[in-house]
Amino acid sequence: MSKRAPVTDWSTDFDHLDPRWIEDPFPIWQELRQKCPIAHTERFMGAYFPSRYDDVRAIAYDTEHFSSRRVIVRDTRAPLIPAPPITSDPPEHRPAKQVLLPAFTPEAIDRHEPRTRAICRELLEQIAGKGRCDGAIDYAQEIPVRVIAQMLGVPEQDGNLFRKWIKEILEIGITDPAILMRATGEMQSYFAEKIAARRASQGDDLIGYLVNARIEGRPLADDHINGTLRLLLIAGIDTTWSAIGSCLWHLAQRAEDRRRLTAEPSLMTSAVEEFLRAYAPVTMAREVVGETQIGGCTFKPGHMVLLSFPAANRDPAVFPDADRVVIDRTQNRHAAFGLGIHRCVGSNLARMEIRVALSEWLVRIPEFRLDRYLPVTWSEGTVRGPRSLPLLLD
Amino acid sequence: MTATRLLKVRVDRERCQGHARCFALAPELFELDEWGNARERDNGVVTPALEVKARLAQSNCPEFAIDVVEE
Repeated sequence: MSKRAPVTDWSTDFDHLDPRWIEDPFPIWQELRQKCPIAHTERFMGAYFPSRYDDVRAIAYDTEHFSSRRVIVRDTRAPLIPAPPITSDPPEHRPAKQVLLPAFTPEAIDRHEPRTRAICRELLEQIAGKGRCDGAIDYAQEIPVRVIAQMLGVPEQDGNLFRKWIKEILEIGITDPAILMRATGEMQSYFAEKIAARRASQGDDLIGYLVNARIEGRPLADDHINGTLRLLLIAGIDTTWSAIGSCLWHLAQRAEDRRRLTAEPSLMTSAVEEFLRAYAPVTMAREVVGETQIGGCTFKPGHMVLLSFPAANRDPAVFPDADRVVIDRTQNRHAAFGLGIHRCVGSNLARMEIRVALSEWLVRIPEFRLDRYLPVTWSEGTVRGPRSLPLLLD
Repeated sequence: MTATRLLKVRVDRERCQGHARCFALAPELFELDEWGNARERDNGVVTPALEVKARLAQSNCPEFAIDVVEE
């Protein structure tokens, strides 16, 4: 990470790349909620940070003043890199989203569950019995890569390449625009080749699906398909990898939750929702395109908004005991997958992967804990999850 | 009179964004269309045995798109 001036005041100078934010952002968010619910910083060429659920929600719903054309807060305003539908605003958003939705309904996702389970078992076969492993590297990061590679119709063996691009686009690219543009270019070339190949011979995968898809009777332009594929690859891997890692991080430290979940597998559904609430991996962004007031704050055009669904999910005004993980919480309207028109298209897929990954892990490795002699490291920036998670397996 | 009231679930199709929490929690009461957005089954009628599930679906919808109404 580049050297950055330490944050002096979170309400007027916040920086989500600060090591304290990366390590443990929750006390910072709580402090902001109490004294300055909408923070601002001159960093990133100007950005706001709403810390309360109500304000995050209001902004997510207001597509008139808050554009999705830039969904990551970076040091500078990089050229626009369309990846529909996440970077689309109305009216283009709706058709670009609708074309994808049928491939991601719970029913469509159910078809990928056996393969996901087999991947988890295969990984656990290599992990269990060794006494120790890295839960993030040996397990969490492998599952979504293999699942989405299969769904898209690209080789699983390209997983290291995918993770390199993701780190360059979502982390390094926040401060280094040259690396961002290079990685984006590499991805565009990679998918351009795949799209051309699929035009020549049909395939029963998402690339083939998008090649054949129509919006109002017209096929999708190659640029559109390319942007959507880059979105699906990035969003399909980094987020779920982070979520599974955070779940394991929690369970490694909370014996009562671990044992209860092993003893009562029927709690898995509510537990997954609670993990998603408490450890929501994804923070999005909006660009202010029209001056407006929300939560007593005037939002100025040209500034970015760090739209933290994770912070919304920890707001005690909406979630009683918000900083405590309650695996049988019955009322849980969490915003981990966003709110409004940009609801994560892969939410059903992510839920399936997390549920299967945890269930299979607990069957095979019911007892495990953090290796206190080795550090847990967290990703920085847009998606939060452990990148190294040393575990001792009992 | 609790004996005569008729409970129904209502999905606001404008608010629904397809989180599918209702379908996961109460598949007896909700179904999904081809885009994964929710709608009521059986005109939304909630039998007494399903009232708890109806309330659960209502209180877990991230978009506040579900109402449980008495008719």
